[in-house]
Amino acid sequence: MDVVTPRTLDEALCLKAELPQARFLQGGTDVLVELNFDRSRPPALVNLNEVAELRGWSRENGALLLGAGLTYAEAMRGALADEMPALAEASRTVGSPQIRNRGTIGGNLGTASPAGDALPPLLAEGAVVLVASVRGERRIPLDAFLVGVKRNVLEPDEIIVSVRVEPSRAPQTFMKVGPRNAMVISVCSLALHADLARGELRAAFGSAAPTVRLVSAPLDARESFPDLVAGAASPIDDVRGTAAYRRHALRVLAGRALERCLA
Amino acid sequence: MKIALTVNGECRETEAWGGESLLYVLRERLGLLGSKNACEQGECGSCSVLLDGVLVCACLVLGAQADGHVVTTVEGLADGDRLHRVQEAYVQAGAVQCGFCTPGLVVATVDLLESNPSPSDDEIREALSGNLCRCTGYAKIFDAVHRAAMS
Amino acid sequence: MSATATTPGVGRVGDSVPRLDGPPKVKGEFAYASDLQAAGMLWGHTLRSPHPHARIVEIDVSAALTMSGVHAVLTHDDVPGQKTYGLEFADQPVLAHDRVRYFGEAVALVAAEHPEQARRAAEAIRVVYEELPVVSDMERATEMEPLHPERPTMGHGYRDDPRPNVVRHMVIRHGDPDAQGDVSVTGVYEVGIQDQAFLGPESGLAVPDGEGGVDIYVATQWLHVDRDQVAPCLGLDPEQVRIHLAGVGGAFGGREDLSMQIHGALLALHTSRPVKIVYNREESFVGHIHRHPARMWCEHRATRDGRLVNVRMRILLDGGAYASSSTAVASNAASFAVGPYRVDNALIEATAVYTNNPPCGAMRGFGAVQTCFAAEAQMDLLAAELGIDPVDLRLLNALAPGDVLPTGQVVEGSCPVAETIRAAAAIPVPPAEELPRDPIRLPGGAGNTTRGEGVRRGVGFAVGFKNICYSEGFDDSCAARVVLRADGSAEVHCAAAEVGQGVTGVILQVARTELGTDAVTLMPHTTSTVGSAGSASASRMTWMAAGAVRDACRAALEQRERSGGGEVDVERVHRHPRTTPLDPESGQVTGERAHVAFACAAMRVVAEVDVELGLTRVVWVGTAQDVGRAINPIALEGQIEGGTAQGIGLALMEEIQTRDGRITNASFTDYLIPTALDMPPVESVLVEVPEPAAPYGAKGVGEPPTVVSTAAVAAALRAATGKPLRRVPVRPDEIVGLALS
Repeated sequence: MDVVTPRTLDEALCLKAELPQARFLQGGTDVLVELNFDRSRPPALVNLNEVAELRGWSRENGALLLGAGLTYAEAMRGALADEMPALAEASRTVGSPQIRNRGTIGGNLGTASPAGDALPPLLAEGAVVLVASVRGERRIPLDAFLVGVKRNVLEPDEIIVSVRVEPSRAPQTFMKVGPRNAMVISVCSLALHADLARGELRAAFGSAAPTVRLVSAPLDARESFPDLVAGAASPIDDVRGTAAYRRHALRVLAGRALERCLA
Repeated sequence: MKIALTVNGECRETEAWGGESLLYVLRERLGLLGSKNACEQGECGSCSVLLDGVLVCACLVLGAQADGHVVTTVEGLADGDRLHRVQEAYVQAGAVQCGFCTPGLVVATVDLLESNPSPSDDEIREALSGNLCRCTGYAKIFDAVHRAAMS
Repeated sequence: MSATATTPGVGRVGDSVPRLDGPPKVKGEFAYASDLQAAGMLWGHTLRSPHPHARIVEIDVSAALTMSGVHAVLTHDDVPGQKTYGLEFADQPVLAHDRVRYFGEAVALVAAEHPEQARRAAEAIRVVYEELPVVSDMERATEMEPLHPERPTMGHGYRDDPRPNVVRHMVIRHGDPDAQGDVSVTGVYEVGIQDQAFLGPESGLAVPDGEGGVDIYVATQWLHVDRDQVAPCLGLDPEQVRIHLAGVGGAFGGREDLSMQIHGALLALHTSRPVKIVYNREESFVGHIHRHPARMWCEHRATRDGRLVNVRMRILLDGGAYASSSTAVASNAASFAVGPYRVDNALIEATAVYTNNPPCGAMRGFGAVQTCFAAEAQMDLLAAELGIDPVDLRLLNALAPGDVLPTGQVVEGSCPVAETIRAAAAIPVPPAEELPRDPIRLPGGAGNTTRGEGVRRGVGFAVGFKNICYSEGFDDSCAARVVLRADGSAEVHCAAAEVGQGVTGVILQVARTELGTDAVTLMPHTTSTVGSAGSASASRMTWMAAGAVRDACRAALEQRERSGGGEVDVERVHRHPRTTPLDPESGQVTGERAHVAFACAAMRVVAEVDVELGLTRVVWVGTAQDVGRAINPIALEGQIEGGTAQGIGLALMEEIQTRDGRITNASFTDYLIPTALDMPPVESVLVEVPEPAAPYGAKGVGEPPTVVSTAAVAAALRAATGKPLRRVPVRPDEIVGLALS
């Protein structure tokens, strides 16, 4: 198994075109588990750590560009946390400090697990995924980017470059249910944005459908919103929880999130 | 493939198979056995090291990703026989039992005190929540962190 | 590991002594079994069964044998000696032969130069299986086809039960089993499969000695019994197999059974090269025994004023595919089913069965954990029924020396149950915390799920009770050897396994105390220089090692006195008071005692529960433990805190889940153990009533905190939720009312 380490985005895109079967990794928090437990033996690994263009975040005409290599630890602090408080809260719930130091937003998108903690707040903010290949760039709304359990619409030659968000600055929060008080994969999670400016409630939930899912309603539909959220879920029973519990918990979370955001 | 990195201030070079984690490279290629392999999935913190000064699980870093970078392991903390104050505090507070989690916890504690020299109980708990200990119930580990912070 | 005592003036019996292995452990220099290396070493790998029950039709290793870096591929045919092994009955194949009986059973072995080569070769071994019906329901096991038609558990002095798949069935009949009381409470309780989940996975290094024998460096709990199981399977004499203790990363019962010992030795002898086997976390979960899951049907009868009249309990334990120590676990569950209470009448029935589920055996608390959870829930039900304070009800029935246990054994020696209950009850409970708080101080923790909504506080109380040392006629002994040098220094040899619990410190403290010198060196733990120490289990190692080292030190001093100086070298074997078996039909003692001594622990737990989400946070634990006498108070507190954590884990989150016999959560991602955010502060009080039969009066302390804490946490959750919560771990579903409890 070869490891290649490109230094620029162009180099990385050329590699992606040449080695469509290679596994690309950023923080490695998902890929290394597959390698360590002998679940995947790709012909090559491409290490994106040295590609400066993928790191950190920047502003662009009032929007935020979050690099695919932005870590949860970075999303938890500073000006970014002020712009995207639900994403900051979600990042604090991810794994452990060690994982938050390595795991990235791009990794969450690439893995496309319905349990990805960064996904609900991004979805509720209407994030758009910027992907690139030697053929050019594409901008894909997050809800169209995620298509199933661990499936996204990335073409074999494409790389996730960044996520573009226009922060709503709406009152917002993120909550995650797990049977332990730290270091859990979510049994279910919820981001809620009470967008007063647009008169809209937007909730995105995780781990209760094949992908993270968005539910929106007018502000005045507050009373029925928890039921709307719970009804939008199509959860399953698995080792982490039951479908009935997930649906129930989403209803409770939505009610509490509304209290928290509209108090 | 070849990997060259700086470990505990020393430049080291080794051959490695591409699928090897930094933990495997440290332990089996470089003979630095202090970082422990307890889960290999980033769930226990026993292999915690500092990569360019950032606390990470060495099991979740590809060996090749550390090429050209700087790593500090538990072996890099003591000054010969003189223990680092965090190590001394762990011994004195009774925070070590089987000790398999200890190297990772010591590194995580050093990292915590670097950014927060006098952490509260809650800050200690959150900062160490990625390091599982099965023997102590954590109480004496918290004592050790306070003790190290005061020393 | 060898250790040298250098600090003068400290380290005698009763002192709080920092661990001698502390500095190497904090520096990362301490050599655990997985850290061992040898020149020319190969990596061993175990191919395991993907089926819980299947016939093996064919195994073809030819492709694997020709692969790059591969030095050996072994199957059942390559086991030169006895083909099976086991702690109590040799019912487990070294490598599966005609069939596999559990998911993850070892089928073949590979040795290769790099672990990746070994994995690829294992993948290339072709095994043809024919799947068989899976016995996965313990309640139906006795009606199914026998998994061990040869009935290995018959004829060993236990009650011979004619039903298939019974490992042991025992009955304790005490007084009049039909005695009626004024009130009665009933309940059915269930405990899931808990795992020891020690941090250091199974590992070891086997080194051929070039003369047909082998040295095995391994993390284990009992060196000599490993040797006695390994040697016959290798077709070797016991002296040709030398077991050396390598650094142990936690044990908790999970290292009583063999793991890689025979496998590593087979590969090493076959290749004439040192072979190391290190399990990964997934393999560790499927590769060792677990705590028995249990179902318990209980009825407690009492008088109107709260005196227990009759306790009836039927206990069913799933032993999984092989016996391991199921017979002893069943006996312990039955013996301690009532708890530390006086009762004149009882009918206790315990059955351990074979199934195709993961094998179960020893884990901290050993049968008493399961029954304590059920019995203490019953005591709370009784208290509520009678309108008596739960602590008062327990005090009213507290066992004391002179009382008779359900087995007919009269309690002698140290048994301060009432004192321990009072001490725990006297620890002030902290006041409720104010809101708002950082969410990490609320149920749900880092998940940020509540700011206080739905949160209720509950306080629970429980008492746990367990035997110290082995029971039922088991010839329990520990050897120690002391060499006094002419310069006044001493060497101590003892094979007591240091598994993290601190027995190394106990040995040194005793030797320093007895010899009056600090110049004591503890030599490596091995089978080659000293007799058996017995197992680091059953809360027995402090008692037994302290006794053996004390006896050897005193004998050495006497001998030097007699010989007028010079070097002396003395080995002594310590034995505790003899026990005898229980009568197979009545469960009554056949001599003075079936159990050597007892320890109890009482615990109060404050918990907060988010009753809408079913999430929990244990806020505070106050506990008193009956320890006999503290030899090293700081280490003892560590045992209480750590043991409590494991009980909290079982109450709230720890469960090996299976589907048709297959483990579905063999990882630290899905088998959850408490983190730093899940453990409350633990206030502990030591009740010191010396045990007359024990050296220095010291009882073991490892298990009682684990026995009691699951029950105490469950009680606190019941108080907070008003739900019956008859199963642990308590699932959020039950708290929010989505599952029947």
